[in-house]
Amino acid sequence: MTNLVEVRNLRIEAKTDAGRLVEIIKGVSLDIADGEIVALIGESGSGKTTVALSLMGYARPGCRITGGEINVNGKNMAALTERGRARLRGTDIAYVPQSAAAAFNPSSTIMEQVIEVTRIHGLMPPEQARKRAVELFRALSLPDPDGIGARYPHQVSGGQLQRLAAAMALIGDPKLVIFDEPTTALDVTTQIDVLKAFKSVMKAGGIAGVYVSHDLAVVAQIADRIVVLKGGEVQETGTTAGILSAAQHPYTRELLAAFEPKSRQIRADEDSGPKPLLRIDNLTAGYGPVKRDGQPVIRAVDSVSLIVEKGRNLGVIGESGCGKSTLARAIAGIHPAATGDIVFDGKALERAARKRTRDQLREMQIVFQYADTALNPAKPIEDIISRPLAFYHGLDRQARSKRVDELLDMVRLPRSLRYRHPSELSGGQKQRVNFARALAAGPKLIICDEITSALDTVVASAVIELLKELQRELGLSYIFISHDLSVVEAICDEIMVMYNGERVEQITPDKVKSPTHPYSKLLFSSVPKLDPTWLDGLVRDPELVTQYGHR
Amino acid sequence: MTVARAASSRRSFLGHSYNLVGVVASLVILAWTLVAIFAPYIIPHPIGDIVDDDYFGPMRQGLWLGSDYLGRDMLSRVLMGARYTVGISLAAVSIACFSGVVLGMIAAVTGGWFDTCLSRFLDAMNSIPSKLFGLVVVAAVGSSIPVLILTLAVIYIPGAYRFARALAVNINTMDFITVARVRGESTIYLIGSEILPNIIRPVLADFGLRFVFIVLLLSGLSFLGLGLQPPLADWGALVRENIGGLPFAAPAVIVPSLAIASLTISVNLLIDNLPQKIRDRDA
Repeated sequence: MTNLVEVRNLRIEAKTDAGRLVEIIKGVSLDIADGEIVALIGESGSGKTTVALSLMGYARPGCRITGGEINVNGKNMAALTERGRARLRGTDIAYVPQSAAAAFNPSSTIMEQVIEVTRIHGLMPPEQARKRAVELFRALSLPDPDGIGARYPHQVSGGQLQRLAAAMALIGDPKLVIFDEPTTALDVTTQIDVLKAFKSVMKAGGIAGVYVSHDLAVVAQIADRIVVLKGGEVQETGTTAGILSAAQHPYTRELLAAFEPKSRQIRADEDSGPKPLLRIDNLTAGYGPVKRDGQPVIRAVDSVSLIVEKGRNLGVIGESGCGKSTLARAIAGIHPAATGDIVFDGKALERAARKRTRDQLREMQIVFQYADTALNPAKPIEDIISRPLAFYHGLDRQARSKRVDELLDMVRLPRSLRYRHPSELSGGQKQRVNFARALAAGPKLIICDEITSALDTVVASAVIELLKELQRELGLSYIFISHDLSVVEAICDEIMVMYNGERVEQITPDKVKSPTHPYSKLLFSSVPKLDPTWLDGLVRDPELVTQYGHR
Repeated sequence: MTVARAASSRRSFLGHSYNLVGVVASLVILAWTLVAIFAPYIIPHPIGDIVDDDYFGPMRQGLWLGSDYLGRDMLSRVLMGARYTVGISLAAVSIACFSGVVLGMIAAVTGGWFDTCLSRFLDAMNSIPSKLFGLVVVAAVGSSIPVLILTLAVIYIPGAYRFARALAVNINTMDFITVARVRGESTIYLIGSEILPNIIRPVLADFGLRFVFIVLLLSGLSFLGLGLQPPLADWGALVRENIGGLPFAAPAVIVPSLAIASLTISVNLLIDNLPQKIRDRDA
């Protein structure tokens, strides 16, 4: 046996509620050599996580490995007993989950959890394990490597926790580490630190890795080879450079194309001059008890002013916790602002939504990030879309039904979908329904709160294209909130950068290359590029990083 | 436990899968419901008539379930008892669950002072032992069917309220509720159209469970002599009347006990084995 991992003709079946068997992995084969990092990429539902988990001989509840061989370090994981597999997990193979926050036990210290693997397998005495853990913390460039182990999971940041999860995986000296989208939930500025740490540790130890992701740019930085999956089958395999420069399979090309944002054409109808649709002056919103001066104790949004012009789009960008979602909620009146004025279409708006008139509510719609929770799971699509029609426009049954068809056409969904429930749609379809509901109201302004963040690259770029098209047809304005610069760049006329509740800079997309504010510089330079040498070549001003990066 | 065992014997019908235990349980419940509705037409003797020379008579032809402590026909009394037990309990549980669930959802949606005051008040109600509360009310205003129904309902409102509120609070944090709120929807629309459809299944399960509690509490009150007054009798009262027959192994005391057990156990089993909707994208 030459390779560390040899998967041959792997088949995995899942059972549906009705007892029907569905084959979700259809004969996947792949090899991983010693010390090689292989990325599994594909859209959600392509089976990438299922394949990665099967390397540990694990199939999620309801799934079963039905055929094929999974040889890891000379042992067939599919044929071993559960006890036999347990012996290998943590020592031969380790796993780093997507959400480290959910993977750590909140009621015990980090050190206890990191060295737990050595205790279970009896690898080394606890003192030695602690020393080894501290070495790993240092190697992963965690701050205060000697003291961080004594803390509890809630006392460290998300990026640190993700690196601690890697330390937990590495302490048993595994030959293979499986990373399951470990940076997807992180901000771009944090993602860089985590990627760098992962890369250096893996290289230093000569450890082989499987990196599951849907982000081609991230994968380009860390992987030696890329395996593209779709529908439970391998579409294409190749070296990272090979895939990026000369992709063969149409799906891979689609992935690459989605990554290159199409530049936004300047609109022609600028004859009438810009008319402000929404003007916000010195808006402050926050949480906690209100102080004597009328300001909340914790200010999430601090004296932000902005203007959205008719038919144009404003992008709001910033890391998580910078107050961009609170800003959206304050504008929509869901979380009433403490102070500040909101002028919409020439008229001053009340701060709280329930004091606004029905027409004011109708003209400003908000679309949320998670279509899963934004659509009532108990109602068919038809009811969801037709409610604003009945509520705002008082349409009768027949007129509503006709309009629902039109709206479904507008968002490019088949009309037959109207009888389905949200759980029977894919993520991208749900987001379109979510958007169709906002359109049903007949708004002038739509606030989009991270609407593409939960979607795959290909699906997200299709949704963005749709938004642009609808804007051309209906003359809408968008406030587009996102942490993803490429998305904002693709659709917005103006970009506002927020940091720590304040507006730090407002620029146009063509000037993104040369921001003036230091935080914008850091943020924009942290967005991964498809170039595999980008991460290694990246030089960041250490002063900026210490000032604005949350490490 | 039952679910795990039943999983192997699931069949499907009308897009739902069900199992044998659930079917048998619902048949028992259906049978008792039919008896409750048609009791006056099927009883062989009026419930007050003394038809046997002996008391605690054995099962025999003509008196299929023997006679009670006064020599009255036990079959007639059990059949009519079903009417009171099922009827009173159903009325009480309907009132309790309806008011509890509506209040719970309103409290969850409204929040603030309304929620706090209502919750504390109902918590206080909850702290009164149910039998004691029943005793006091019946002692104060006397025993009649409306009083019994209302008392039982009031006792079980706090529980239904807590349950519904806990479920509704979870739903209330979902974005689709926020969307409906910024649309300008009223509270009635929010609770009826957005929240209720999402909690209806657990609420129905709770309804069944509470029905069982009420049957048992009603039987308990009747056993203490505070329920229905003679010659009317629900199953609990029948057990009490005939408790003297226990040394003789008289069917008069065993049969109403079995009736209570069969109804409550069936409802419980049905709740554990409700038909499940099959969610299958392509099938």
